[in-house]
Amino acid sequence: MSFDLLIHQVFSGLATGGIYASVALALVMIYQATHLVNFAQGELAMFSTYIAWSLLQTGLPYWAAFFLTVAIAFVLGVVIERVIVRPVENAPILSVVIVFIGLLVIINSLAGWIFSYTIKPFPSPFPAQPLFGNRYVSSHELGSIGITLVVLALLFVFFRFTPLGLAMRAAAQNPVSSRLVGIRVGWMLALGWGLAGAIGAIAGIMVAPTVFLEPNMMSGILLYAFAAALLGGIDSPGGAVLGGFIVGVLENVVGSLLGTELKLTVALVLIVGVLVVRPSGLFGRRIVTRV
Amino acid sequence: MNTPSRRVAGLALLLMLACVLPFVVSNYRVFQCTLVLVYAIALLGLNMLTGYNGQISLGHGAFYAIGAYVAAILMDRFGVPYWLTLPVAGAVCAVAGFLFGLPALRFEGLYLSLATFALGVALPQILKYKGIEHWTGGAQGIVIVKPEPPAGVPLTQDQWLYFVALATAVLMFALGWNLLRGRIGRAMVAIRDQPIAAQAMGVDTSMIKAMTFGVSAMYTGVAGALGAIAIQFVAPDSFTIFLSISLVVGIVVGGLASISGALYGAIFIQFIPNVADEISKAAPWAIYGVFLIGFMYVMPTGVAGFIRIAVARWRRRRS
Amino acid sequence: MRHPITRRSVLAAAAALVAGRAVAQAKKYGPGASDTEIKLGQTMPYSGPASAYGTIGKLHTAYFKRVNDSGGINGRKINLISLDDGYSPPKAVEQVRKLVEQDEVLALFQTLGTPSNSAIHKYINAKKVPHLFLATGATKWADPKNFPWTLGFNLSYQAEGQIYAKYLLKNKPAAKIAILYQNDDYGKDVLKGVKDGLGTAGAKLIVAEASYEVTDATVDSQILTLQGSGADTFINITTPKFGAQAVRKAWDTGWKPLHIINNVSASVGSVLVPAGLDKSVGLLTLQYYKDPNDPQWKDDPSMLEWRAFMGRYYRDGDPKDAANLYAYLTVQTMVHVLKACGNDLTRENLMKQATNIRNLKLPLLLPGMSLNTTPDDYFLVKQGQLARFTGVQWQGFGDVLSTGG
Repeated sequence: MSFDLLIHQVFSGLATGGIYASVALALVMIYQATHLVNFAQGELAMFSTYIAWSLLQTGLPYWAAFFLTVAIAFVLGVVIERVIVRPVENAPILSVVIVFIGLLVIINSLAGWIFSYTIKPFPSPFPAQPLFGNRYVSSHELGSIGITLVVLALLFVFFRFTPLGLAMRAAAQNPVSSRLVGIRVGWMLALGWGLAGAIGAIAGIMVAPTVFLEPNMMSGILLYAFAAALLGGIDSPGGAVLGGFIVGVLENVVGSLLGTELKLTVALVLIVGVLVVRPSGLFGRRIVTRV
Repeated sequence: MNTPSRRVAGLALLLMLACVLPFVVSNYRVFQCTLVLVYAIALLGLNMLTGYNGQISLGHGAFYAIGAYVAAILMDRFGVPYWLTLPVAGAVCAVAGFLFGLPALRFEGLYLSLATFALGVALPQILKYKGIEHWTGGAQGIVIVKPEPPAGVPLTQDQWLYFVALATAVLMFALGWNLLRGRIGRAMVAIRDQPIAAQAMGVDTSMIKAMTFGVSAMYTGVAGALGAIAIQFVAPDSFTIFLSISLVVGIVVGGLASISGALYGAIFIQFIPNVADEISKAAPWAIYGVFLIGFMYVMPTGVAGFIRIAVARWRRRRS
Repeated sequence: MRHPITRRSVLAAAAALVAGRAVAQAKKYGPGASDTEIKLGQTMPYSGPASAYGTIGKLHTAYFKRVNDSGGINGRKINLISLDDGYSPPKAVEQVRKLVEQDEVLALFQTLGTPSNSAIHKYINAKKVPHLFLATGATKWADPKNFPWTLGFNLSYQAEGQIYAKYLLKNKPAAKIAILYQNDDYGKDVLKGVKDGLGTAGAKLIVAEASYEVTDATVDSQILTLQGSGADTFINITTPKFGAQAVRKAWDTGWKPLHIINNVSASVGSVLVPAGLDKSVGLLTLQYYKDPNDPQWKDDPSMLEWRAFMGRYYRDGDPKDAANLYAYLTVQTMVHVLKACGNDLTRENLMKQATNIRNLKLPLLLPGMSLNTTPDDYFLVKQGQLARFTGVQWQGFGDVLSTGG
């Protein structure tokens, strides 16, 4: 394989990796807030993208639709947490996972029913010409990565430097003590869901121009996003983004070098292999329990 | 108190009903009930791992698939009689499960679920791989001939297969019950609830955990083999990640850490999709999702857990 | 009393025999048929990874409603029992057993998907139930000797692949061919056709192959690999979403090969518009029915009739989705065969009529094409025409090709 092709694959991998990174960020977000991985996150992102698409169909300009959708997605996340997830708050973890699975199939089914299954093109806010006329990355791909990094930075600042972010982290880690300090744990969870919904919407809007909008858009991405989030360390947003890029590049290079017949298998084996060596992910913190 | 004699009587009654069933319903229903038995065995396997031992597996469909393919390849390529494929499939999956369980020891909770999820997603691709195509039939799969009842037995094929499945299920359930209430079963639960304390008490957590993986895979593999014989067909599309997710749904809805839960869960995952399909053609899975969420609201500990609570409450009211 | 259904059907058969002898005109009924009703069954992926094709079953249901509203076929209403199999073979087996053993349908119609049909193939032939017009193009459905009750519909995938290969051998014998294919029975079937068509001599023309799974997010990486092989010809064996991605990427990277796209992904509305009409200029494909988004058929009477139907009976259906036009063709064929049965609605006669279709020129087929079957030749669709995309529409060129049997 020529060097030029390798470079090409790496850049293409970074572009796909950007997709995984943005969804992984939403997964990490919800984990940080609730200590649960929400498998329905991908479907929520897809549904939010359909909302954006519908808004664009009414003639709304792009950025207006963008921000309106993000706001709607935030509200939707909060509502889902309060209405659907709250009744099973104290149930065993797996029961909550089943609720997530139920949510996943409902949203997927509804999207197909309301919007049909024909693929829809989704516009990109970035120019069609590649930056500096380069052959490797399109402006949209670069732009999406940029937006993901901006969201990451905002999240970092939010969690580290704002009282609300601190309260959220506390509520997730130690709900009992947090209540004692006066933190409204229930609303912290809802806020977490809202933020995850918003991030998911951004991810979906950035992804759709590349992969085309359809109800099953996120199914394949979710696996890699999950892998990316864990690879980077489930409690590290930066790790999730980095994990996304690594997974994207890995997938492309493996497919290019070893052929595509076992690409998925080899990529997964490698990821799991890394986790065997570093069981909390690359940047995750090892939880050491005192007995 | 739930005296042993009462429990034995209850089980005997259940068994009797199960034996009468194939003679009062149509062949088609018998076939569906056979599938319920198959899923029940698979769910018991998964429940051992996840319910009793606390290791979450989102990829158990892979072991089901391995069992199914072992049976199909033995029957189709080597002419092995169907009943012999069951223990072979079980043995192969036991080894596979144990080998998977060993590196899985490194993983906790979420990471284990990713590793098993990855297994469940990757297996269909592995099954389609060109290199092993002449064994597995590639994307086209393998067609299996349905077993006939032995000469002189006046049963239809479906009824015979039902009784084979019933016998296997009774055997597997009995073995499982014995295992779970013994020393090993207690060790499994101890590892789930208090891993450090268990280790401090001298329980070889690594060995038990890996062994549980193996046993759990064995159960699911036997179920897969039986399932393949019942359906008479295996193909990579039969064993997608949806199967693994259905199995998890089954054990949670049925009731974690409960043997009867395996049966309730099997009934759920076999029949509820059909019910959902009857209710709505436009969005059948939306209805299925509503069922899932509804069940979790009403019975967060599963059907078995719900029954346990209800029975306890009824007894308390009586006394 | 071991098998109530068996006894019931024995009684029903006896009653029918008596009734049949009493009536002067020869009315013969198999299971699922009566004076007032004909029951048909099918499984469709209304859920799961292939749920996009569920619209085909919905269109069938809508079409039969229209037929019933106008009095049915020979006075009998058609009752289509359409069940979800989620594209899962075990579920398909279960649903088909229900249709045959519990609902006792006269025949299966347009069961969808190669895996599902493979799972029920042996069973349905053992039960001697007509298994008609399968919604898949796998070549094995035309095997009258071993599976006399199964009759496919689609143009065979392998035949399509062979036509592309033969076209290249004739018009570009020095081509360097790269192939992208979906890693399942469908993609591999077309691939086999291409390789068979190229033969041993032509095999060396293939310089690169790449596959993808339906769970992949994009095929961009595969396109890069194929481009990097130096190929100047690209055979694109995909389903709509990935076909659109491939068309767009091949253009964006500046590759611009001679681009052959398979029939499943050739829809203007579902694939080329999202990919970009300007990026689709010069695409080649094989067609056998009219594309609903093709402006050359804008005023075509059969197209207008189809649109009217969609507007009145199937509002939820997407008129840009070529699958809805395909479904219309198949159900018209079924109605034609049922009409030909007259009052002899036994499974045997239904099969006889289905295997003796002579020169059925459905107006939505491309001009010059017709459907034909004989008891020895179960290939219903045997013709196709190559077409080139002009940027606005598919322009057929060359002769209507016969794909043989």
